[in-house]
Amino acid sequence: MIATADQIFVLLKHWLIGFLPVGLQGVAGVLLSVVAIIAVFPTLFALAVWMERKGLARMQNRIGPNRVGPFGLLQPIADAIKSLTKEDIVPLRADTAVHFMAPVVLTVVVFMGIAVLPMGRNMTLVSMDAGLLFFFAMGASSELAVFMAGWSSRNKYSLLGAMRGVAQMISYEVPLLMSSVAVVMITGSLSLDKVVAAQNQYTWGLPHWYIFTPWGLAAFLMYATAATAETNRSPFDLPEGESELVAGYFTEYSGFKWALFFLGEYVGMLSISGLGTTLFLGGWSAPFAFLGWVPSWFWFFSKVLMSIAVFIWIRGTLPRLRQDQLMNFAWKFVIPFTLLDLLVAAIWRFMGDGWARWIVCSAILLIAYALMCGVGMYRKHFGLRRYRYAE
Amino acid sequence: MLGEGILKGLAETAKNFVGSFVSAERLTTVQYPEQRIAPIEATRDFPFLVYDGNDWEAGMRCVACQICEKECPPKCIYIVKSGDKKPDALGKPQFYPARFDIDISVCMSCQICVEVCPFEAIKMDTEFELSRTDRFGGLLFDRKELAKSNEYYHKIHPTEAAEVDARLAALKVKSGAKSGAAATAAAAKAAAPAKPVAVAGNPGSKPEAGETKP
Amino acid sequence: MSFVFYLIAALTVAGGLAAILFKNTVHCALAVTVAFAGQALMFLALDAQFAGFAQILVYVGAVAILIVFAILLTRNSETPKDGVYSKNWFVGLVIAAGVFAVLGWAVLGSVRVLPGPGGAPTATPAVTVLDIGNALMGRYVLPLEIVALLLTAALIGAVIVAMHEKERAK
Repeated sequence: MIATADQIFVLLKHWLIGFLPVGLQGVAGVLLSVVAIIAVFPTLFALAVWMERKGLARMQNRIGPNRVGPFGLLQPIADAIKSLTKEDIVPLRADTAVHFMAPVVLTVVVFMGIAVLPMGRNMTLVSMDAGLLFFFAMGASSELAVFMAGWSSRNKYSLLGAMRGVAQMISYEVPLLMSSVAVVMITGSLSLDKVVAAQNQYTWGLPHWYIFTPWGLAAFLMYATAATAETNRSPFDLPEGESELVAGYFTEYSGFKWALFFLGEYVGMLSISGLGTTLFLGGWSAPFAFLGWVPSWFWFFSKVLMSIAVFIWIRGTLPRLRQDQLMNFAWKFVIPFTLLDLLVAAIWRFMGDGWARWIVCSAILLIAYALMCGVGMYRKHFGLRRYRYAE
Repeated sequence: MLGEGILKGLAETAKNFVGSFVSAERLTTVQYPEQRIAPIEATRDFPFLVYDGNDWEAGMRCVACQICEKECPPKCIYIVKSGDKKPDALGKPQFYPARFDIDISVCMSCQICVEVCPFEAIKMDTEFELSRTDRFGGLLFDRKELAKSNEYYHKIHPTEAAEVDARLAALKVKSGAKSGAAATAAAAKAAAPAKPVAVAGNPGSKPEAGETKP
Repeated sequence: MSFVFYLIAALTVAGGLAAILFKNTVHCALAVTVAFAGQALMFLALDAQFAGFAQILVYVGAVAILIVFAILLTRNSETPKDGVYSKNWFVGLVIAAGVFAVLGWAVLGSVRVLPGPGGAPTATPAVTVLDIGNALMGRYVLPLEIVALLLTAALIGAVIVAMHEKERAK
């Protein structure tokens, strides 16, 4: 009964493709899963948009949308209808082919990244040996879409936004990949299914999630920072700075194309949260051993939604970083830290089981952090800004 | 320590988030039009003509002196003087406006008409939900639409209305005492029909003939 | 030679041709990206997962962006009016033929794993990421370290060039 609830989608799929002849069943199975993903993730996108508007509103001492549907739940539908019925304006001198392809490329690439995420037990669309690499390959391709969007608009400010966006995304690819490499190193495989299986064990009822290890916590924090930068979310949303560049690289897009960009951004956020959940938060495994009866896909999606909530929380809290501060932060702080974290993960692995490795690894990380704080504060790079007033 | 500010900021927003559900001071939204904030007393929107008593034509204080029309900066007031005269608030026969139009799409709420009126006849209203379906004629208020009673004036601007009533009462007393004995009788006879009307209008209790308001 | 191979080959060749024939330089760069993607699909069709995804990650994700940045930062991306054909097309043809000959000789020389004319395919060993990792760390560790050194040198060089420009600009 519990297993049925857990595997309900898999069983449903098998039952549905049972109606087809054997030759078509493979293709039909894949197609069905793809349709399911295309149905589920935009729904999650709508939910994320609703959460963002209500959450940000409450943090800013106001109520969010509450007129359309109960608690404003139908607001994303109203938004969708609005963007579908708006006139599609293409600038006269814009490069029409590239202008058209940019949102298409972004959406395609972002949805393809979801294919390797294990959304429940036996619920990975494509279970690949090099799954993590595939995900990052798709993430890297989305930068091309950003650039295409900014360039094809023939708008100085869009181009500026696109260049900034691409520079930021490339800079933060490095910490994103390196924090995942630590996980890969400990698990011994690039396959995301194996990563989740390695975390699905319990000691004294507590799970073996990587976030509960010193190197895992550090790697998770850096992954979260890099993920925020990769998806152009506050505090790293200078390329689409709503108060500076209008909308940055997607200024010249209206109507449905803009909606596709918006969709791409949020689904990118969902998929990168999904990957973070898989790598650090144990994927579809339950937090405590005695909660194992709850379906695995429930845990996965609730963890993803909680990550989205944290993204929204951070957006409501932090001011936007300037471009040079952003790049400095990436290259001078996060990347050295990820390298150190790799070393610490290696030490963790080679010290074997026991309490000693906890102390050693935590000590190394904390001392390094303190040193970085000390040096940074001393050199006045990261400290409180001191103003000199005109005399 | 690095990251300390971020954590403090996150705590603050979390407090805001949770507090907006539980305490009223964290959530300051007033959901118009179901909820409205009470306007403060000095609110002003568009002018209206004050009348004493129950009859808006007879009790209207405006004597069509046309000072407000001349002083209005965007010239949104249009007055046509009447041919005959009727007794005003103090009992003297005065002209009255046969037409008094204010185009509130032009009016800029500067209150100059109120400041220059010598008869306390035009005051500022607080009504702002004035949308009409007709963009031109619908926003041209005529004499009937502009006339509102003194009780209404007391409701929207209590202290101002009390001061105005005090001034009018003092004026009335002065005009009553100036006329002398014979004129007092005539004034009393004229004021008697006027004063009860005025008395009925003012909750500030107009004194009977002879008493002075403190 | 299956249908999938022909499809991917058509895509790659089309991308390559477009990269030569388009007038707008940025369009050429995007067409070359399509060719890269086609190449990655070829790797995937041959079951070389690591090579395929690394191709996408490195070429499409980084090299293509590098190319477009280089185009943007160094020239007007406006369409040249006189067309893009060079006068020395014969020299170009000779060089292209030479490169093709070298590549063809290299490919045909490693023809051990291709199915012979008899039609019996020899078994291809499945290469997993683990095997690649072992090879990189075991047999090919020296090239790995040299490549790492080379990349570091390139990075430092880029930083120094950029820094010097800033100082000279001051």
